[in-house]
Amino acid sequence: MAETWINIFLFAMLVSTALAIVGVHHLFGVVMLAGVFSLLAALLFVTLDAVDVAFTEAAVGAGISTVLMLGTIALTSRRERPVARAKYVWSLPVVLITAATLVYGTLDMPGFGRPDNPAQVHVAPHYLQNSPTEIGVPNVVTAVLASYRGYDTLGETAVIFAAGVGVLLVISGLGRRRREDDEDV
Amino acid sequence: MRHHLILRTVSKLLIGAIMLFAFYVQFHGDYSPGGGFQAGVIFAAAFILHGIVFGLDTVQRVFPPWLVHKLAALGVLVYAGTGIYSLFAGYNYLDYDALYPHHPSHGQHYGILAVELGVGITVAGVMVTVYYAFAGRPPGIRDEDW
Repeated sequence: MAETWINIFLFAMLVSTALAIVGVHHLFGVVMLAGVFSLLAALLFVTLDAVDVAFTEAAVGAGISTVLMLGTIALTSRRERPVARAKYVWSLPVVLITAATLVYGTLDMPGFGRPDNPAQVHVAPHYLQNSPTEIGVPNVVTAVLASYRGYDTLGETAVIFAAGVGVLLVISGLGRRRREDDEDV
Repeated sequence: MRHHLILRTVSKLLIGAIMLFAFYVQFHGDYSPGGGFQAGVIFAAAFILHGIVFGLDTVQRVFPPWLVHKLAALGVLVYAGTGIYSLFAGYNYLDYDALYPHHPSHGQHYGILAVELGVGITVAGVMVTVYYAFAGRPPGIRDEDW
C-alpha cells in the first residue's frame, strides 16, 4: 500500500517537472529541471528494485548530462528562441495523438509483474537459478551483463567508444587545427 | 581565479572521495549494484568537477587529452583482448572459464573483473573526452564553421 502512494507521489512529481520544463524559457532552469527529472526517474527505478539502472540514471542522467548541457548553453544561448503562436496550435494535437497512440499500445502489454510474462519465462529463470553455480557472482545483474551477455556489453562499449570518437571529430576542432598547421607549412 | 573559496575547498576534499567511490563501485560491482559503466562515469565526474572549479588548463595538466583519448581506446582493447585470450586458450570467445580452467567459477570471476575494468576505462575516457571537447571550444559558433 505504501509503495502505491510512493509511486503516485513520484509520478506526480515527474509530470509536474516535465510541465515545468515546458513552461520555463530560461535554459539554465530547464537544464536543472532535467537533472531533477532524472533523479526522480532514478527513484522510480529504486522502487522497481532495479538499483543498477537507478545508479546509472542518477550518474549519467542527473550528473554528466547536466554538465554537458550546461557546456552546450555556454557555447550557444541562454534563452529559448521565442516560438510563433501559430505553431502551438499544431503541436497540441500532434502531442495528444502521439500520447493516445502510446496509451493504446500499453493496453496490449502483459500485466505488470505477472509470473507468466514473456520476460519471466524465457531465459530469466535459467539465469536466476544457475548463475550461483555457473558464474558464482552474487550480483545476478553483473553476471548477466558481463558473462551471459558478454557480446552485447562488448558491443555497448564499442558504441560508447564510437560516440566519443564522433564527438571528438565533430566539435573538438582537432582536425581543423591540423589542417591549419598543414596550410602554414 | 581566487573566487569561490568554499567551492574550491569542498571540491578538494570531495575529489579524492569521489575517485575512491568510483573504484569501490568498479571492483565491488559483482557483489553490490554498480559496475564498469557507473564507475567510469563517477571517475570522469571527479575530473569534470576539477575542471569546472579549477579551470580546464589545470585539469588537462593532470589528465592530458592525448592520455584520455588513448584510455578510451584501451578499454575496448582490454574487453576484446579478454575474449581473444579465451580463444587462444581453446575456449569460445569471451568464455571466462578459460582464465582459470581448474576452477571455472574463479575464471568467471576474473573474467568479469577484466571486462568490467575495460568498460570502466572506456566510459571514463569517453566522458572526459566529451567534456574536454565541449569545454575546450571557444564560445559561440563562428560563421565559417557552418
